[in-house]
Amino acid sequence: MIAAIIANAPALLIGIPLLGAFFSPLIGRISRDARALWVLAIITLTTLVGLLTAYLVYTGGTVIYVFGAAATTLSIPADSGGIPVRILLTLDALSALMVIITVTVGFSVILYSLSSDSRRSSLEAYYTLFLLMIASVLGMVGTGDIFNFFVFLEISSLAAAGLVAYKVEKGRAVEAGLKYLMVSMIGGIFFLFAIAILYGQYNALNIAMLARMIQWTPLDKLALVLMITALAAKCGAVPMHFWTPDAYSMAPSAVTAMLVVVSQASLYGLFRICFTLYGLSLSYVVIGWVIIILGLLSMVVGVTMAIPQKDIKRLMAYHAVSQTGYMLLGVGVGLAVLGDQALLSSFGMTAMEGGIFHIMNHAIYKGLLFLTAGAIIYQVGTSDLNRMGGLGHRMKWTMIFFIIGALAIAGIPPFNGFASKFLIYESVFAFNPVLSIIAMVVSILTLASFVKVFHSVFMGPPLPEFQHVKEAPHTMLIGMTILAALVIISGIFPAFFVEHLIAPAAHALADQGAYLAAVLGGA
Amino acid sequence: MFLNLPFFVVVLLALIGIATILLKRNLIKIILGVTILASSVNLFLVTLGYREGGIAPIYTLAPGGVMVMPTPHALTLTNIVIGVATTALLLSFAIIIHRKYGTVNVDEIRELRE
Repeated sequence: MIAAIIANAPALLIGIPLLGAFFSPLIGRISRDARALWVLAIITLTTLVGLLTAYLVYTGGTVIYVFGAAATTLSIPADSGGIPVRILLTLDALSALMVIITVTVGFSVILYSLSSDSRRSSLEAYYTLFLLMIASVLGMVGTGDIFNFFVFLEISSLAAAGLVAYKVEKGRAVEAGLKYLMVSMIGGIFFLFAIAILYGQYNALNIAMLARMIQWTPLDKLALVLMITALAAKCGAVPMHFWTPDAYSMAPSAVTAMLVVVSQASLYGLFRICFTLYGLSLSYVVIGWVIIILGLLSMVVGVTMAIPQKDIKRLMAYHAVSQTGYMLLGVGVGLAVLGDQALLSSFGMTAMEGGIFHIMNHAIYKGLLFLTAGAIIYQVGTSDLNRMGGLGHRMKWTMIFFIIGALAIAGIPPFNGFASKFLIYESVFAFNPVLSIIAMVVSILTLASFVKVFHSVFMGPPLPEFQHVKEAPHTMLIGMTILAALVIISGIFPAFFVEHLIAPAAHALADQGAYLAAVLGGA
Repeated sequence: MFLNLPFFVVVLLALIGIATILLKRNLIKIILGVTILASSVNLFLVTLGYREGGIAPIYTLAPGGVMVMPTPHALTLTNIVIGVATTALLLSFAIIIHRKYGTVNVDEIRELRE
């Protein structure tokens, strides 16, 4: 039993939430409590299997899971002439890290949403879409096949768009969902064009197999441009960021926290394609700089757009755009020096570690911030910053969680945002001091913006119209506590996290040969 | 030249789709543009899978000769299914927007811009 679970963990990881998603409307027919228990059971199981899979990857190296083969590790059948013909999952350290992020944030937001969304009238499809979204993210980070990646990308777009539009809100939420789905779908079509171009040339869909044969022909360049465009749009990088504030602000808060993870999964796809699929065959200096410039634009435009916002979630959404810039900057610097071993080991790896650490930290503290915003909106009934005030008297725990999240996003020690941003500043300074200075200025502006939010939401005398306001319900607080604890733990012991989780992931990303060897064997 | 004809059609369809998305102001027409763009990818995939004189890869009672690789067709089929799902969702969004805003003109659908 245990051995079977361990052997099939990667498949269960995607299978459990998928199955749970489609059973939840049926179970919901029994009663609301039955559905809540079912959803909780499914997400708990998914989390356990996810952590188990990640443990297997971190202790035993890259895990391959082949569907329908004689053995699940047999990626190349004997009679196939050295071609991996089956559908396979490939989980290396970076995928494992993304799995950990997805299941921890997923678990916290489901706990939170069980009470925050209990007031909504129709929940039949809500948890189906929610679990589907989690399953699709796990699929995107786990797959070793570029077409499967596309399928999971489309599932995540559909599920996320449905959830963004869930509240309707006189049509405004639907407008946001429409924008999101339109951008994602056009991006998806571009991505499939790129897949077709690669397939037409190399007759393969497996990432490792393609990576071995790829030539950097003009068609490959076109394919790369199409894929970068699609994934940068999906992760909300400037100049394709216009859907982000709408979708993030109109979605229910628990969904927004998960949308951040969906965007990170697209970012994962972007990095996977640049590093593992193309690797050294692309002109890494040019592409590296393209990613750095995307990152810089996202950082600066995101934060400057955030400052004048009056809606708490819109403001946080622009900060999410700006923080995505840091990840692009860190990993972009790594890509720009990928071919130069001396520079790579002197600061390139540190930059990539910083970027990847920031992916993890961002998912946690941004999730926390969106959950606190959701708790405030849940109790106060408005998201307009100008109409809030004095809530610190009534919602002490929410205030504490907000402070933790806000200090983390601004990069103040001892919270986790500082740990990853420091790695980025330090290494990017060695690459190009100007970039590092811009990153620091953006951080200061972020802090300024959150001081403003803190002041207008929590400070001041208690307002008479908020007499009835109480602290958020317990399950919401538990969800926030998990994330806040992670923010503090990974902020106090960053060395532990970097050494055991982040560095293996960064090395897995940089080392294309190891990925190919794990899938194709030998050579 | 004749064998390359489908690829020209692919590019033509893709351009029509992109032009529709960019130039039309009616939401329904924009969604149709997305569908046309999706069709161009489908045609591209099918064209890639075409081999002159190839037969369907069904081994039972196969007459012999060259079989085509079924993968591009499987990809096309998957994309058609995904396309149906997304188009349906986009159109249902358009219906709700029309009900709430009373218009499908994208210049007037701007409640969220600040």
